[in-house]
Amino acid sequence: MGLFLSAVGDSGAVCVRGGGTRWGLGGGPGGAREVSAPVGIMSLQPAEMTVMVGAGTTLSELSDELAIHGLEVGMEGPVGSTVGGTLAVGRSALRRRRVGSIADTLLQADCVGADGAAFTAGGPTVKNVTGYDLCRLLVGSLGTLALLGRVILRTRPIAACSCWLGGEVEPAEVLGSTYRPSCVLWDGATTWVLLEGHGEDIDATAGKLALLGLTEAEPPVLPVGRGRWTGRLPDGGVLEVGSGVVHQPTDAGPPAVPDGIRNLAARMRTSFDPSGRLNPGRDPYRVAA
Amino acid sequence: MAALDVGRVQVGDGARRLYSRDASVIRGGRAGVVCFPETTEEVSAAVVAALDHGRDFVARGAGTGLAGGAVPCDEPVMVVLTRMDRILEVDVARRLAWVEPGVVNLDLSRHLAGTGLHFAPDPSSQQSCTIGGNVANNSGGPHCLLYGVTSAHVLAVEVVLPDGEVLVLGDEDGDSVGYDLRGAFVGGEGTLGIATRICVRLTEDPPEVATLLLDFMSVGAAAETVSAIIAAGMVPAALEMMDQRVVQAVEPFVNAGYPTDAAAVLIVELDGQPAGVADEIRRIEELASAHGARSVRVAADAGERERIWKGRKSAFGAIAVIKPDYYLNDTVIPRTKLAEVVERIYEIVEEQDLIVMNVFHAGDGNLHPLLLFDAREEGVMERVLAAGEEIVRVSVAAGGVLSGEHGIGLEKKRFMSLQFSPADLEAQQCLRSAFDPSGRANPAKVLPTGASCGHVTSLGRLPDGAWV
Repeated sequence: MGLFLSAVGDSGAVCVRGGGTRWGLGGGPGGAREVSAPVGIMSLQPAEMTVMVGAGTTLSELSDELAIHGLEVGMEGPVGSTVGGTLAVGRSALRRRRVGSIADTLLQADCVGADGAAFTAGGPTVKNVTGYDLCRLLVGSLGTLALLGRVILRTRPIAACSCWLGGEVEPAEVLGSTYRPSCVLWDGATTWVLLEGHGEDIDATAGKLALLGLTEAEPPVLPVGRGRWTGRLPDGGVLEVGSGVVHQPTDAGPPAVPDGIRNLAARMRTSFDPSGRLNPGRDPYRVAA
Repeated sequence: MAALDVGRVQVGDGARRLYSRDASVIRGGRAGVVCFPETTEEVSAAVVAALDHGRDFVARGAGTGLAGGAVPCDEPVMVVLTRMDRILEVDVARRLAWVEPGVVNLDLSRHLAGTGLHFAPDPSSQQSCTIGGNVANNSGGPHCLLYGVTSAHVLAVEVVLPDGEVLVLGDEDGDSVGYDLRGAFVGGEGTLGIATRICVRLTEDPPEVATLLLDFMSVGAAAETVSAIIAAGMVPAALEMMDQRVVQAVEPFVNAGYPTDAAAVLIVELDGQPAGVADEIRRIEELASAHGARSVRVAADAGERERIWKGRKSAFGAIAVIKPDYYLNDTVIPRTKLAEVVERIYEIVEEQDLIVMNVFHAGDGNLHPLLLFDAREEGVMERVLAAGEEIVRVSVAAGGVLSGEHGIGLEKKRFMSLQFSPADLEAQQCLRSAFDPSGRANPAKVLPTGASCGHVTSLGRLPDGAWV
């Protein structure tokens, strides 16, 4: 953290470069000086369901290490994404119904603030209501409130078995015949569902879904654009049922944001970064979904 | 106070006294004007009226909080939300409900009976605490081990900001674009504004539930079993520990068949689909016996399951036969330190010549040492406070945190600097200031800055239906 702290410093526009997989998001860094976050898995504690990791570590490196212990974290991103970048972007995993929202995954964050001072948000335990929930605020903030250096994440056990099914059925029917599926996708005609858990339970649920016409199927390749669910699926779009996220060929425009929310968000940003030096070009409200 | 109908404002001594206390051992100042708004507009009007008169305001639900979060300091306007108690909408298909903040936690799940859905957060005071209070405290409960605390179950919240403005934070559909202001608001202990409508996520009732009772001859063996279960990749719906004193106190009341000679018992609840639950029962039986469990009892039917839980939930009531007063602490430690810290708590309490009962959410390392005493004994409060402080210090030193579900309120703000550096606290203040630049919303709470207020005293009465 020491090197990261001095690299960020206390003046000049600055941003952290992660994997750069979604570098232009929210308007890009606006010419800010780029620094790198610490890399590496510092401490994996299966009995605590936690892992401490440098924000610059790639998600794939973390996932590989966790998988050895039968664990995962509720995060996903494009190939090359880092832990810190994924948290800054703040998009929940496709399997959020099982692994929880990405905000529930971040327990503690060692950060550098706009004044160049290190601070810690949250706490190291899986349960914690001590003080304000800064971690939730940091997730999805595109590095505009503080820069993530090292984090503690909640781990979850990987299910013994998993299976994708699909068929031309309404999502509501599928939901009515499944208990806590990990993911439900719908392209306007076909519904896909991911079942995870004990093999016999999956077989039993698959048996029920077969009566509706669902069979084992590859999940759809999701288009790279995103938008919010507005009650109508755009051409080529796939809805993540229950999350409000639509995967579509091109990004939708940013959703309308009420003035009151914008004002509160602006106060928040100014409060954390009065001189506007953290990712000055990015606006977390200028993203599609 | 022309903002509200005169019938919904009380200024009498009785009301001001009544609304000056919550369920904690904390005494603060005195309630000023006590308001009972029935709409969002009235809440906003009450907040604006407070500002116009240079007063602070304090929101309050059922007053079951244990950290003094709703205790007034300096004669604030009290905004009591218990009349806003309507369940506004239940959308079974989308598994969400809009409720007003005064809806009692258990009433929502009762209302949902037959839909196959329930509201997952189940704090001990769920028979009386309100969902608005749950949002303010980010409340937990035994089943949040698997399902998560309140924040994971709030999709959106309409709030009256401390300047009276009304905003909806979050989105019915889940993650919204931009800062997670909803996530920041939940757990704000009334210092960020007042929730006036809450969109909660509803959870499917599990098709299969199994409740296990494990008994051990040492607290250490029980604690090791807790760690072993989690390390083996299982996350039970609930995983609770009761020590011998608790078991001996509650067994005569509930006849749950708890072994009263055991040093500790664990209640493990597993839920989900049948094969997965059966498999986990088998694995837990193996782990328990490998860690020295004398027996593992699987509740045969709903009646037996209810009795096992009734014992767990009766702990609070059973203490009255031992001592008239209690102080309930709430800290979290890494679960691998459970045995060591619980042992240390026994020593601390012994040193202060008090009695402790340990009944807690072992699965997430959330300790609830319950100190028993008789407030009429001279000097006893000093000893209780000394023990409480030492328990907090030991928990933080073990790598833990100040609170797992009760919050900071007035009770623990003086300990905040044990866990956080000045820079950490400054960052938290940044969040607070953005919501409340004028500092009128429940000031003197949470952060160890500003005016001091509140002292700990005794309490002889438990809130109805409360358990630890």
